[in-house]
Amino acid sequence: MAEALPKDDLLAARIAGLSFPNEGWQAPARFDALARLTAMGLPGRRDEYWRYTDPASFNRAEPFPAPTFDDDGEGMVFEGIDRLRLVFVDGVFDAEASDPLALDHVEIGLLSAAQSDIHWARELYGVLEARGQVPVKRPFAALNTAFATEGVLIRVTGYVPRPIALIYIHSSDTSDAMLHHCIRVESGADVTILESGPAAARFTKVMEVDVAEGGRFHHIRAQGRDHDRRASTHIFARVAGKGLFKSFTLTANGVMTRNEAVIELVGDEAVAHVAGAAMGDGRFHHDDTVFVTHEGECCESRQVFKKVLKNGATGVFQGKILVKPGAQKTDGYQISQSLLLDGDSVFLAKPELEIYADDVKCSHGSTSGAIDETALFYLRSRGVPLKAAQSLLVLAFLAEAIQEIENEEIAEDIRQRLENWLARHEH
Amino acid sequence: MLEIKNLHVKLEEEDKVILKGVNLTVEAGKVHAIMGPNGSGKSTLSYVLAGRDGYEVTEGSATLDGEELLEMEPEVRAAAGLFLAFQYPVEIPGVGNMTFMRTALNAQRKVRGEEEMSAGDFLKLVREKAKALKIDADMMKRPVNVGFSGGEKKRNEILQMAVLEPRMCILDETDSGLDVDALKLVSEGVNALRDAGRGFLVITHYQRLLDHIQPDVVHIMANGRIVKTGGPELALEVEKNGYADILAAEEA
Ligand SMILES: Nc1ncnc2c1ncn2[C@@H]1O[C@H](COP(=O)(O)OP(=O)(O)OP(=O)(O)O)[C@@H](O)[C@H]1O
Ligand SMILES: [Mg+2]
Repeated sequence: MAEALPKDDLLAARIAGLSFPNEGWQAPARFDALARLTAMGLPGRRDEYWRYTDPASFNRAEPFPAPTFDDDGEGMVFEGIDRLRLVFVDGVFDAEASDPLALDHVEIGLLSAAQSDIHWARELYGVLEARGQVPVKRPFAALNTAFATEGVLIRVTGYVPRPIALIYIHSSDTSDAMLHHCIRVESGADVTILESGPAAARFTKVMEVDVAEGGRFHHIRAQGRDHDRRASTHIFARVAGKGLFKSFTLTANGVMTRNEAVIELVGDEAVAHVAGAAMGDGRFHHDDTVFVTHEGECCESRQVFKKVLKNGATGVFQGKILVKPGAQKTDGYQISQSLLLDGDSVFLAKPELEIYADDVKCSHGSTSGAIDETALFYLRSRGVPLKAAQSLLVLAFLAEAIQEIENEEIAEDIRQRLENWLARHEH
Repeated sequence: MLEIKNLHVKLEEEDKVILKGVNLTVEAGKVHAIMGPNGSGKSTLSYVLAGRDGYEVTEGSATLDGEELLEMEPEVRAAAGLFLAFQYPVEIPGVGNMTFMRTALNAQRKVRGEEEMSAGDFLKLVREKAKALKIDADMMKRPVNVGFSGGEKKRNEILQMAVLEPRMCILDETDSGLDVDALKLVSEGVNALRDAGRGFLVITHYQRLLDHIQPDVVHIMANGRIVKTGGPELALEVEKNGYADILAAEEA
């Protein structure tokens, strides 16, 4: 078995079948990433940030197969939202199914497009990922930078009202997709990126987001309902002064998901909010690993992660706020909570604060609990049936995370998905 | 309408017996008051009637219009017309007051085979009822009871009652925590609902509530039993002399 090999052989086996695109402007970044990966090796259970999550299925050369999923008529998320659609099938861009790559105030291209030596994304591709390797190693992100086969490069220069949607279709049981996106939000620009779908049997993704002075970036994603899909995703963000970064993730099902977010607030008065709502029933392992660094003064960060678990599902949260010397007037907030719908599920949380400035306000909390029986009785005593009352309370539990979605139409779509999930997973 | 017969209740988890043979009948159109020392079992009686977990009925029965209440789920009791205004209304963060009331009303209507009320009609209904109770619109938008003052919570209970229009209303110390003006508003709210088809069971410690809501019958509960029943004058007697005389007479 590959897992039993020494680390270097494990890495050799992991990358043996991958093609290494080493042309044009990306080549230096890809070589550097490969060097980083070789130096750090693939992760093991003894690595500090892999204690709660087994990396074996990401380390394997071949992905575990995952049958494609019949959504039983629910339909795709965000379908009702007017958006620019970019479709990827098992990680391959599908031009036919996509809208033309044209939108006001946006320069948009594909990672695989003809390579010259000059491209704006050269300043970004692998750059934030490399910065994010310290102090915590993120081997799958380096693997991705080196071997990603496709992705979008988006530069936003003004206010873009229409969201850009990356739609990930999973069509082959054994697909292994690796996408790498770069998004640059120029000074004062404003964009919303939507991501939806399972993408592949195994999905490895990196998104690098660079928000310039006063830029605003909104990100809402829904990771497909396929039960056997696996995903290892990373967001690396750098936010300049007065910039805004907001990201919300809905995860319903999926046997293995590891979502990492690495965010640096480098300018003064920058804001970053990362939130997630995860719903797991049975074979479900979901890991949010978040690292927020405060460097500028008067910055605000929020981490709001909620998980609803039942029937043996596992939730993991590893979240850190690092306040660097000089990052005065930092306002940092972190909450991770799980709602255990039965006695079988597990929530593992590792909240961390590391503060090197004296004038800061940071709070963090982590809880794990069952549905509040008193509240449940109160609702029922007014005539609300048990299931509906439970649903109301679960949605109430998730509300703080969903509130992080600014667009009410999108928030409502997400809320509806959650209600549908609850209806399908009643005891 | 509500008929409680020889009701014995103990805690499910402990061997503690709380109700020791309660007998009580509330007829349609009547207001019954229950008074009694702290810990005598008044709230327990109201919870058991509403269907809260944690209690075990060891003997006796309670029926609403002849139907056995104690077998029903709490939501079924509510749809059948039972309402409990809680002594301690529950805060539910994340659930909006309006959503809560509308969900409850429509769920009850559905059980009764009535049509759902539209959001617009519902808003109109709640506005009108809230105005009468001087509950401002802002409170309606907030999560259920979260950050409400003690008195606001009690008024919110009466608002729910006014919206749901139950046929059998149990009020557990709705007057405690209310200022003089709020007490008047709440009493008016209750009186507005008084009619020939509706019964009330009002639990209170104070005569002043009964000045506003004139009871037809007053019961004294002590140590898990109704120990004395009389007219409105019984409440005046308690107000004047406390429970000592009544309990002593009972012992003898
Ligand atoms: N869940 C419980 N666990 C333990 N003891 C309980 C529980 N519920 C009720 N009791 C006990 O039962 C007795 C009756 O309580 P109950 O709340 O019914 O009294 P009450 O008449 O409403 O009093 P008050 O006038 O103070 O509201 C008290 O001794 C109380 O401590
Ligand atoms: Mg009481």
